Amino acid sequence: MRLASPETYAKSLIAALQEYALLCAHAFGDLFSKPRYIDDIFTQMDSIGVGSLPIVVLTGFFTGCVLALQSATSLKEFGAVNMTGRLVALSMVKELGPVLTGLMVSGRNASGMASELGSMKVSEQIDAMRALGTDPIRKLVTPRLVATVVMLFFLTIISDACGTAGGGAVAVGLLHLNGHTFFTTAYLTLKMGDVVEGLVKPLFSGFIIASIGCYYGLKTTGGTRGVGKSTTQAVVASSVLIILMDFLVTQLMIGIFGR
Amino acid sequence: MTATTNDQEAAERIAQGVPVVEFDHVSLGFEEHQVLKDISFKVAHGETRIILGPSGGGKSVLMKLANGLLEPDSGEVRVLGWSLHTMTQSEIFAMRAHIGMVFQESALFDSLNVEDNVAYRLEEEHLPPTEIRERVLEALRFVELEKAIDKFPSELSGGMRRRVSIARAIITKPDLILYDSPTGGLDPITSNTIIELVVKQRDVSHTTSLLITHRLQDAFTMATHRYNQEQGRMEKIPDGGIDPNTRFLVLNEGQVVFDGTTLELAHTSDPWLRYYIS
Repeated sequence: MRLASPETYAKSLIAALQEYALLCAHAFGDLFSKPRYIDDIFTQMDSIGVGSLPIVVLTGFFTGCVLALQSATSLKEFGAVNMTGRLVALSMVKELGPVLTGLMVSGRNASGMASELGSMKVSEQIDAMRALGTDPIRKLVTPRLVATVVMLFFLTIISDACGTAGGGAVAVGLLHLNGHTFFTTAYLTLKMGDVVEGLVKPLFSGFIIASIGCYYGLKTTGGTRGVGKSTTQAVVASSVLIILMDFLVTQLMIGIFGR
Repeated sequence: MTATTNDQEAAERIAQGVPVVEFDHVSLGFEEHQVLKDISFKVAHGETRIILGPSGGGKSVLMKLANGLLEPDSGEVRVLGWSLHTMTQSEIFAMRAHIGMVFQESALFDSLNVEDNVAYRLEEEHLPPTEIRERVLEALRFVELEKAIDKFPSELSGGMRRRVSIARAIITKPDLILYDSPTGGLDPITSNTIIELVVKQRDVSHTTSLLITHRLQDAFTMATHRYNQEQGRMEKIPDGGIDPNTRFLVLNEGQVVFDGTTLELAHTSDPWLRYYIS
């Protein structure tokens, strides 16, 4: 295997970045002009949102359970076991809810988008669509982008709720804590900044998942092997970018809200 | 460029005798490989241009250039007089309403059934469902595949998929049809069925077309046969006649090595061409 020179590698990286930026700009710009594929947006919302519901509910619930168990053990040492609800709620709403939901949806849908669009690309269906007078970005990418951003927002809220409920269930059922105390401290500890932070993140994650999934799908070459490669790359890239975005948004929100 | 003005303008241009396809010193390369080198030719209205040449000679690339799916590095491609390099992407999408394309591997949408595949363009134009259904049936009747209307592409044979692809290309009655190896990978009998459909489209609708083929016998069948509408089948043109609207373009290593009529090709003195067609 021949190794690429640093210059060639840098050039290809910048070209890929440019291609990705153009795809995002094109897909976003298509929102403001006709034709709009509203039916496709709802189909994708069903596939991405409703389809991801079980995985998000289960992940959220059990994350909350584990969080309650772990934090109660540590808090007990300081005689602050009643603070379990506060810790579970803050962790779920600010961090674990948005990030884990993003990662779960990324694993399920960025891969799905990359493989679906990749298969269409290698079997010339994308070219056929263009030849039939339809812009594939408008028809395939924009609806996925809108659907993922909207649905991830609501999925995150569901995940936060399930996580807090899971934490509550463990606190009451296994740790024999007072349920009223758990949920009251959980509720009282959340400030506007925490909720905003938790709800801004899925907007960015949704954009990353759909745009990365579609980008790798549309640039697929090399038959079925290429489809497999694109799928893997889409999941890896979107997962890493979600974590990176999480760090940046957290930093920004601390700057704005001071917590 | 709205659909209506586009249609009127296209009809006017055809009436004025503007070539349907025109390549003017077109060159295109990918990375370090030059695929097409200084290609120039014209296709008049009603003409069927058969594109021949060895694999890797740039035939499919040429077809994609004619549909605006690729852009040339230099030179100009004009379709119905519209210069593609001066058009915006949305104008090119509107222009494609005048072009039907049959892909090498059919390129049917595998998540849609035959009816939805054939109706795709009409549904994009938001035509009434009853009209769409009628026109889909008409197109499928043309390719003799009405019974497969509810089937999915995965349930069809290779030949049937090509026929659905032809139905999808002709449903809007385009001014130009691009056939990219419609008989590639098919057995001789099925290939003949596809060629009969192409000849039928040529002789019944008189649509301008570009056809790529690797099978010389298909090319010469098209040149020497016509469609008999009364008997509903393809027949040999009597007295060794040749269809005057069928012309040939031969590409080799990205260059045009022949552009002319069937007779000129049959009597060529070029040693490479003689070797190729023998």
